[in-house]
Amino acid sequence: MASLKSLRLRINSVKATQKITSAMKMVAASKLRRAQERAEAARPYAERMERMVQSLAQSVAGNESAPAMLRGSGREDTHLLVVATSDRGLCGGFNSSIVRAARQRIVELEVAGKSVKLFVIGRKGRDQLGRDHGGRFVETLDNIGVRGPQFAEAATIAETLSELYAAGEFDVCAVVYNKFKSAISQIVTFQQLIPFAADEEAAAIDLGGAIYEFEPDEAEILDDLLPRNAGVQMYRALLENAASEQGARMMAMDNATRNAGDMIDKLSLTYNRTRQAAITTELVEIVSGAEVI
Amino acid sequence: MAEVGKVTFELVSPQRLLVSQAVDMVVVPGTEGDFGVLAGHAPLISGVRTGVIDMYEGDAIAERIFVAGGFAEVTPERCIVLAEEAVPLADLDAEVIRARVRDAEEAIDDARDDAERAQPAADLEIARAMLEVAEAG
Repeated sequence: MASLKSLRLRINSVKATQKITSAMKMVAASKLRRAQERAEAARPYAERMERMVQSLAQSVAGNESAPAMLRGSGREDTHLLVVATSDRGLCGGFNSSIVRAARQRIVELEVAGKSVKLFVIGRKGRDQLGRDHGGRFVETLDNIGVRGPQFAEAATIAETLSELYAAGEFDVCAVVYNKFKSAISQIVTFQQLIPFAADEEAAAIDLGGAIYEFEPDEAEILDDLLPRNAGVQMYRALLENAASEQGARMMAMDNATRNAGDMIDKLSLTYNRTRQAAITTELVEIVSGAEVI
Repeated sequence: MAEVGKVTFELVSPQRLLVSQAVDMVVVPGTEGDFGVLAGHAPLISGVRTGVIDMYEGDAIAERIFVAGGFAEVTPERCIVLAEEAVPLADLDAEVIRARVRDAEEAIDDARDDAERAQPAADLEIARAMLEVAEAG
C-alpha cells in the first residue's frame, strides 16, 4: 500500500490540476460567449451574400461567359481541402474530429481517382495531418484569430485561394470546419467554396417570374462578388470554428474538473483508511507492550 | 411582411446586422449613380460605392448611414445592402477618423512592396471619404 506521504502528495497534485482545469473552463466559457455572439452576428451577412450570389448564378446559368469561379473549371480532378483547426489543444475531440473527417474525405476522393491537396489552418491540424499527408500541403497557416478571427484574415485566405485557382492548382475547393450548434454539440461541416455551390438551406427567393436587373452588368458584379463571397464564407467558417473550439474546450475542461474531483474523493478515502490502519497498528503495539510488563 | 407602401430595408456588414426596418424610401449610392428604392421596385442587383445611404420617413431623412462600398439587392418587398463597413453618420467622430487616416498613411510609408501597400491604401481611401462626410455633416 502506498505510503501516507506519497498519497498526500498525489492528492495535492490532483487538486492543483483541478484548479487549473476549472480556471480554463471558466475562461473558455467567457470566450465562448463572445465567440458565439460574433458568429451569430456574422450569419445574416453571409446568408444574404449567398442568396445574392445564388440569384446571380441562376440568371447566368448556362452562360459560357460566366466567370470560372462560378462555372467551375470544367474538371473535377484536383480537390483542395481547406482544413480549419485550432492552434491550441486541450479542447476535447475538436481537432481530431475535423482531422478524422478530412482524412476520410481524402480517402474517398482518392478512391474516386481524384488528387487531393490540403490547405491547413491551425497548428493542431498541421501537426496531425502532417504525419501522413504532409506531402499534400500546398499552404499552412497558423496564429489565425488570436483575438477572434478578423474579416481581413479570411479575406486574405480567400485571395490566396483565388490565386491558386487562377493558376489552375485545383478544380474544386471545400472548407472543413466545425459548425457551432451548442456548447456540447459541434457538427463537422464540409462547405464547397469554389466553384460556387448553393447551400440547400438558402432557398432562392421567388420573384414571380421577374428577373433581376444588373448595375453595372452581371459579369462585373460577379467578378467583384464571387471572391468577396468566398471571403465571407471563409470568415463565417472561421467564426463558427472559433466558437466551436471554445465550446469543446469548455466541455473538455468541465469533464476534467469533474474527474479530478472523483479522483480526489477516492484518494482521500484511501488516505484516511491508511491513516486509521496505521493508528490502529500503533495502538495494538502499545497495548500488547503494556500487557507484557 | 412589410406595411403597405413601405419597403423593408436591411443593412448588413460582415460583423453584424445594422438595420432591419420598414422605411418609406431609401436612397443608395450605386456604382452607376444614386438610386432611390420605394416599395414595388423592380428586382435589381447593383454595386454600391463609398457614400451615404439616406433612409426616408415620409419626406424627411430619418437616418443617414455611411457605407464603404458593397452590394445592394432590391426586390419589390425589400432592399438589402451588404456593406464592407457601415457607420451611422451620428457616430462618426472626426478625431477618430483623422487618427485612422494617419495610421493608414503611416502603414503605406512602412509598406515594403505593392502587395503590402494595397490594404492600407484601400483603408486610407475609406477613411478619407469618411472624414469628408463627417466634416460636411
